[in-house]
Amino acid sequence: MALPIGYNVRNLVVRWKVALLAVGGIGLVVMVFVVLLAMASGFRIALGATGAGENGIVVQRGSGSELTSYFSREQGNLIAVDSRIARGSDGQPLASPEIVIVANLPHRVDGQPTNVTIRGVTSRAFEVRRNIAIAEGRRFTPGLNEVVVGRRIRDRIRGLDLGSSITVQRRAWQVVGVFTADGSAFESEVWGDFDVMGPAFLRGGGQNSLTVRLGDPATLKDFDRDLQANPQMQVEMHQERQYYADQAGPVARSLLILAGFVSIVMGIGAVFGAMNTMYAIVAARTREIGTLRALGFSRRSILLAFLIESAFLALVGGVVGCLLAFPMNGFTTATGQTASFSEIAFAFRVTPPDLLRGLLFALAMGVLGGLLPARRASRLPITVALREA
Amino acid sequence: MANVVDVQGVRKVYNRDSLEIVVLDGITLLVPEGEFVALMGPSGSGKTTLLNLIAGIDRPTSGRVTVAGTDVARLSESALARWRSRTVGFIFQFYNLIPVLTALENVQLPLLLAPLSRKERRERALTALRIVGLEDRSAHYPRQLSGGQEQRVAIARAIVADPKVLVADEPTGDLDARSAEEILTLMETLNRDFKKTIVMVTHDPRAAQRAHAQKHLDKGVLTA
Ligand SMILES: Nc1ncnc2c1ncn2[C@@H]1O[C@H](COP(=O)(O)OP(=O)(O)OP(=O)(O)O)[C@@H](O)[C@H]1O
Ligand SMILES: [Mg+2]
Repeated sequence: MALPIGYNVRNLVVRWKVALLAVGGIGLVVMVFVVLLAMASGFRIALGATGAGENGIVVQRGSGSELTSYFSREQGNLIAVDSRIARGSDGQPLASPEIVIVANLPHRVDGQPTNVTIRGVTSRAFEVRRNIAIAEGRRFTPGLNEVVVGRRIRDRIRGLDLGSSITVQRRAWQVVGVFTADGSAFESEVWGDFDVMGPAFLRGGGQNSLTVRLGDPATLKDFDRDLQANPQMQVEMHQERQYYADQAGPVARSLLILAGFVSIVMGIGAVFGAMNTMYAIVAARTREIGTLRALGFSRRSILLAFLIESAFLALVGGVVGCLLAFPMNGFTTATGQTASFSEIAFAFRVTPPDLLRGLLFALAMGVLGGLLPARRASRLPITVALREA
Repeated sequence: MANVVDVQGVRKVYNRDSLEIVVLDGITLLVPEGEFVALMGPSGSGKTTLLNLIAGIDRPTSGRVTVAGTDVARLSESALARWRSRTVGFIFQFYNLIPVLTALENVQLPLLLAPLSRKERRERALTALRIVGLEDRSAHYPRQLSGGQEQRVAIARAIVADPKVLVADEPTGDLDARSAEEILTLMETLNRDFKKTIVMVTHDPRAAQRAHAQKHLDKGVLTA
């Protein structure tokens, strides 16, 4: 039979000074690990929430992003009349032609030039996308040099406050509204009138993309095939959500790789820290181990006892790490590394799976660090162990 | 009466840096059931080594050690551990109580290895503490007890599983005269009233006097 768990817990409480080293080391590593995971989670959530599953986005065939996509208004209008596209209350197709450019605007904190996506849309855009909501002010007036700005980008860029104005392509644009979009990447954009922005940005007569609401999302594949088969057009259709998620892929992936790499490097250090602590604990309790063995406890129960002790130590470290990482939840940051080269602001999301991963990581470090010391403890000859002072 | 301890021609040799150290050189020792034997001899003469062989925590280089009818060398490591928990009670010079466990929990330790319910374990441990006169100290931790009290808790732990043999390595070696006296009286009681066979290593001639028989070890050989 094994030794009671209370025996391990009390031993750690008594030797908390030695235990602190391991707990602190593991706690720190778990904190960094969870924060990096939360960053990747936040980024994925932001871009995963961009666009809807029921929408399709039409872009130029082979273009990597909306920025490099371009096709004519005539082509756009031709696609918009397809019967697979849902109709609005006015009987007109729910199709939103859009132009996209990138502007260089000063960062709010240091004034550094920052890439910001500017999107020219018609009022249809607010119907095609259901999650756009004006939080302050109002929508832009068609025909005027007015813009509405995403909540996230407003906080990061100078001159995006309600009532102030920014200069893009030598024109002033007045900010008349702030919108939210469920925390998605649209919140990192500035939207203005399609018909004003087209000529202003030398995109008159064409568009970068056409986002449509499908009557039945299942028709998307056929729709795409028809578009690709049409020799008159050079376009293709993607599911809108997938399209934006794919743009996030490389960044989220590199964040995860970073998380893995940093955590493994730091984790190795923490494992050695835990190992050190456990060796010290075993050394300090050598005579006790001899006594327990003499009383009849098996090698296995000694091994188990010290493994449990190490695992428990690590778990405490893991909880500490999670607690340290938790305040980062909701912390907003930005990355300019997307395919469209624009800054996308997103919030760290410490998700339950991230916390669980942190605890499991801690447990793994504890078991790994405890293995050799526990093995030593279980293999001490009884007579030698009893001789220890 | 049968011999509870039967040591036949035992040698114990340690190899240190290709040097052979003969610690026990052909020991034969019989301890009848219910006997109280004192093992004496100068430091380094091999007393602890012999006691460890009897207690089944060490194996002889050659010769045979039979305790309570079991040839110790024949048991596997894990079988030997189980056998110890039932057959041998240990009393150490420095008590060897687990500091983070209370007196009661310390006494209960050997019972964790027996198929008993929580309640039975607790009751038996309390009985053992009552025998050594420390029932009222069951919730105390070792550091809250005097040396003599600690040794009495250790004795309660040694007898709680009702083993046939008690092995004691200088049980009074770390105690003042009065506490030592109490411990020896307790051991006499265990021997007389509870019929425990006791093998006790001691340096103290007065302690040895309390035993029924005295054996002397010198340079690995029993002399008397
Ligand atoms: N594991 C070991 N390896 C090598 N030599 C050992 C080992 N254990 C004991 N010895 C040696 O065996 C001899 C006898 O030791 P033992 O502890 O049995 O003596 P003792 O009679 O109990 O002495 P003391 O009265 O000081 O306790 C000593 O010389 C000791 O150094
Ligand atoms: Mg000795």
